[in-house]
Amino acid sequence: MTSTLKAYAVRLFPQVAALVVILLMVSFAFPDFFRLEMQNGRLYGSLIDILNRGAPVALLAIGMTVVIATKGIDLSVGAVMAICGAVAAACITSGYGLVGTLLVTLGTGILCGLWNGVLVAVLDIQPIIATLVLMVAGRGIAQLITEGAILTFNDPGLIFIGSGSLLGLPMPVVIWLVFGLVVSLVVRRTALGMLIEALGVNRRASMLSGVSTGVLLIAAYVLCGLCAAIAGIIAAADIRGADANNAGLWLELDAILAVVVGGNSLLGGRFSIAASLLGALIIQSVNTGILLSGFPPEFNLIIKAAIIVLILVIQSPRAQSAFVFLSRSQGAAPAKTEEEAK
Amino acid sequence: MQPVNSYVLSATGIDKIFPGARALNGVDFSLRRGEVHALLGENGAGKSTLVKCLTGAYRRDGGRILLDGADIDPQSTLEAQNLGIGTVYQEVNLLPNLTVAENLFLGRQPKRFGLIDTREMNRRARALLAEYELDIDVTAELAAYSVAVQQVVAIARAVDLSGKVLILDEPTASLDAHEVAMLFRIVRRLRERGLGIVFITHFLEQVYDLSDRITVLRNGQLVGTRETADLPRRDLIAMMLGRELVEEVATEHAAKAADGEVRFRFRGFGRKGHIEPFDLDVRAGEVVGIAGLLGSGRTETAEILFGAERADSGTAETSGRALDLSSPRAAIREKFGFCPEDRKVDGIVGDLSVRENIALALQARRGWARPISRAEQDRLADQYIKALDIRTSDREKPIKLLSGGNQQKAILARWLATNPDFLILDEPTRGIDVGAHAEIIRLIESLCEKGMSLIVISSELEELVAYSHRVIVLRDRAHVAELVGEEVTTAGIVEAIAASAGRADA
Amino acid sequence: MKFKLALASATILAASMFSAASAADLTVGFSQIGSESGWRAAETTLTKQQAEERGIDLKFADAQQKQENQIKALRSFIAQGVDAILMAPVVATGWDEVLQEAKDADIPVILLDRKVDASDDLYLTAVTSDTVHEGKVAGQWLVDTVAGKPCNVVELQGTTGSSPAIDRKKGFEEAIAGHDNLKIVRSQTGDFTRTKGKEVMESFLKAEDGGKNICALYAHNDDMAVGAIQAIKEAGLKPGKDILVVSIDSVPDIFQAMAAGEANATVELTPNMAGPAFDALEAYRKDGKVPPKWIQTESKLYTQADDPMKVYEAKKGLGY
Repeated sequence: MTSTLKAYAVRLFPQVAALVVILLMVSFAFPDFFRLEMQNGRLYGSLIDILNRGAPVALLAIGMTVVIATKGIDLSVGAVMAICGAVAAACITSGYGLVGTLLVTLGTGILCGLWNGVLVAVLDIQPIIATLVLMVAGRGIAQLITEGAILTFNDPGLIFIGSGSLLGLPMPVVIWLVFGLVVSLVVRRTALGMLIEALGVNRRASMLSGVSTGVLLIAAYVLCGLCAAIAGIIAAADIRGADANNAGLWLELDAILAVVVGGNSLLGGRFSIAASLLGALIIQSVNTGILLSGFPPEFNLIIKAAIIVLILVIQSPRAQSAFVFLSRSQGAAPAKTEEEAK
Repeated sequence: MQPVNSYVLSATGIDKIFPGARALNGVDFSLRRGEVHALLGENGAGKSTLVKCLTGAYRRDGGRILLDGADIDPQSTLEAQNLGIGTVYQEVNLLPNLTVAENLFLGRQPKRFGLIDTREMNRRARALLAEYELDIDVTAELAAYSVAVQQVVAIARAVDLSGKVLILDEPTASLDAHEVAMLFRIVRRLRERGLGIVFITHFLEQVYDLSDRITVLRNGQLVGTRETADLPRRDLIAMMLGRELVEEVATEHAAKAADGEVRFRFRGFGRKGHIEPFDLDVRAGEVVGIAGLLGSGRTETAEILFGAERADSGTAETSGRALDLSSPRAAIREKFGFCPEDRKVDGIVGDLSVRENIALALQARRGWARPISRAEQDRLADQYIKALDIRTSDREKPIKLLSGGNQQKAILARWLATNPDFLILDEPTRGIDVGAHAEIIRLIESLCEKGMSLIVISSELEELVAYSHRVIVLRDRAHVAELVGEEVTTAGIVEAIAASAGRADA
Repeated sequence: MKFKLALASATILAASMFSAASAADLTVGFSQIGSESGWRAAETTLTKQQAEERGIDLKFADAQQKQENQIKALRSFIAQGVDAILMAPVVATGWDEVLQEAKDADIPVILLDRKVDASDDLYLTAVTSDTVHEGKVAGQWLVDTVAGKPCNVVELQGTTGSSPAIDRKKGFEEAIAGHDNLKIVRSQTGDFTRTKGKEVMESFLKAEDGGKNICALYAHNDDMAVGAIQAIKEAGLKPGKDILVVSIDSVPDIFQAMAAGEANATVELTPNMAGPAFDALEAYRKDGKVPPKWIQTESKLYTQADDPMKVYEAKKGLGY
């Protein structure tokens, strides 16, 4: 058991280190960064903002990690967020009630995932093309539902999901933490994780070994759709309205980035949901840090790109072996090659 | 001892250490001018590692390399190439979408006014290939030619670039007999030109056919270097295996027509465009061999039996009950297992560990909701690593890092873990070293003794004869003959394959 | 739920659907960009309303954000021999040829809410608002409201580099120039969206001592202001009192916020571009009065004193 814990620590170390470094960097620029206080029964502070604002990307990253592990990709999550936000707003304003609204919205997300999954698994269309369909069409569907305007609502239950709090934490934070934990547990405590990894590494060999590759693939995209639906509900609830034009815009790219920053390979196979969630937090820390730093907005994208590139470079296998080399030569003592084995 | 200067290349005390393993331990190797030197050893013995150290693909951790008497320390294959050491691999590493001429002169194209002079390049390419008796259109894409031609192009490029030492790493693995003969003519001619040629292969006949000397490695150490003429085959195998496993093919075919009850009965089983409908009975404890030339429908038979391709005609039953073979998943539920021919594409799940690869089929059969505990997986993996002698530093090593033979054993373990009644092995011994080869044959025999029904497809007839109770012969995607008991001989099989009309089923 | 299916799918073909001859003495073709925002939808609605009130037969074509569709629509209008064309151009360049065709056919073209890079004799006039002026109106309101008291302003910019963001920033800065009591302490982009408006405002609040340093918020559009108002409330402050909120556009939701006392002022970017356009057109046709090349729409300031609920009710049905 301790050995698995150790493996876990080794796996997550680069992401944790990157996150810590970025948080420290932000705190240099903004000394009050780590200050937390209770206000109106909830924690309040920049760190909480990062957890809270990172919620949509974190949720998307959960589904995206699993889809990428199957050697796929889902470009439609941002559009599905917009659809689901619009559906939620339309339902609640048409008097479906909170439970009905949530069921219909989550169902919509699942349906979107099912569509993608069937295109990929049954019709064997390349994932990037298959999900592009919904990425392009999805925002149009959302606009049809909201009629091009921001569909606002005042249902306190739905708003609570966006800006309420539980145990002192904003609801979106609670939701993504719990959902991430549940998905991780389900995937790792059952054989799903291993079967998905096998499928991602070698689909045909897995199929010949009796793995239900088709069902697993569809399930991965359905999970991704479900994640997008939850993220869509949170995004809409946060601003008390469904903004079909902007909800989830470009978030599919942030989600993919989170997975990559999390050290998962786009070629499929081995995956870690926890690492992707850390990746999402790293991205959001950069975003929030930029906002707090007070740089002119023209620099936002450049700073973000520079930091992300730096993280990816540090994580690259070549850089890692360079570190090993450096740390060895700094050791000054007889640099034995056996050390490499350690 | 020869005077040093007769060696074009000599390496002494080469060490190479990988994390967790010592791949080479003080290995000496010397190559004369104008000789073909076979480098032999089981998979994992260190042949490739040695070659990679010589060619700069790996940095060695110790030892000296002398080329023409001068110390060299190549940092890359490119540097080694410029020094005079060229390498041709089994999988041709040229660019299939460029023309033959471009491949030959890539990076050093003749220029005119700063632009590539294509006419001159093509002319030189034709002249170069003429030396190899190759008269082909050098302006066509390389991919348009057979592997053998590509191989020759690769050799021509390597020799033209380097010209002192040529290393051939399993060049014949994917060639037919005619192509091998052509390749050997070329190699002999290069030998006459004074090149030192290192030749790595699994085919012992080819070693005796071509090589002047033999160096054998085992477990990263030098076993010895001998003149080929002075080394009987039996001794060579002993050197390679380190034990007297010479019953390699010697297991006398026990004329044991299994006479138990028929356990699996297939009637009119077939699929249009894949394999003609066939009848097949398999008893418990019986090995049914399948023979035929490439493309005769061997693999297709295996795939249809396992549900990888769904049969569109016929029935399959076991003890009076219909079998569901609609998919691999269904077949596995019927306790079928299948080791596919193309291990890398259809068999291993490369990035996953040996443990996960062994547990995969069993886990898939149990379903995702009933995971095999980690302890149980560890136990399974350890059990089969021990039982099948899978050489791996530990069970968590990604399977892609294992040698071919050990990968094959792990795939076998994957199926044995599901405790199958019916196991289909498609070319189980292809591309693996002698030791693993013999072990797999012994394994087949012991499985059959335990009452398992096996279908084994192999192009090695002696091997088939050794373990099969019956042999089905295929031609043109149809089952054309069945040899039973005394009829199961290599001669009999060859005759059945060759017979134009096909013999009546036995 | 009335899906705007017809609207979304209506392309040039739709133009011919409207072409049933009517008693109207004036037939006008209207090439709209699309329906990418609530404001745009309101503009479409108001244009149709205005045409109906004046007995104008309006042929409507939705370009779905594509210039080629607009050019096709214009050619189709020309072929049908309409009396005039209204166009909200999707981009600024590439219009010379088709505008020349209209001119050759003697059909006056009026541009709505955006201008084009073409010789101004190719169109009759352009009806647009002055975005710099909008910023000025907002700035002037703040200058008047704080009346000399020191006030730290945070600014939510529109999408970085977009012309309304540049102009509205410029206008506001011009208005507060010379009033040293007003200082912009933080300025970030909120991408014109509610989500980003809220997120950026959260960071402003954290960065400026929980918001205690902030006296006013200037948002380049109402959507960002609506998002920011939520952030202010969640930070435990009272928007509209602890922090003054002024923004631009006058979409319905900001009037609700004003009615609740959570927003203070908004500058209208009127969606009624068609009204002045039709006025100019009718005058031109009646007695040949050539309008100026630029008709500037009014940038009207609304405050809490202007019965925001009434304005909200009036605006609600426009499709915002």
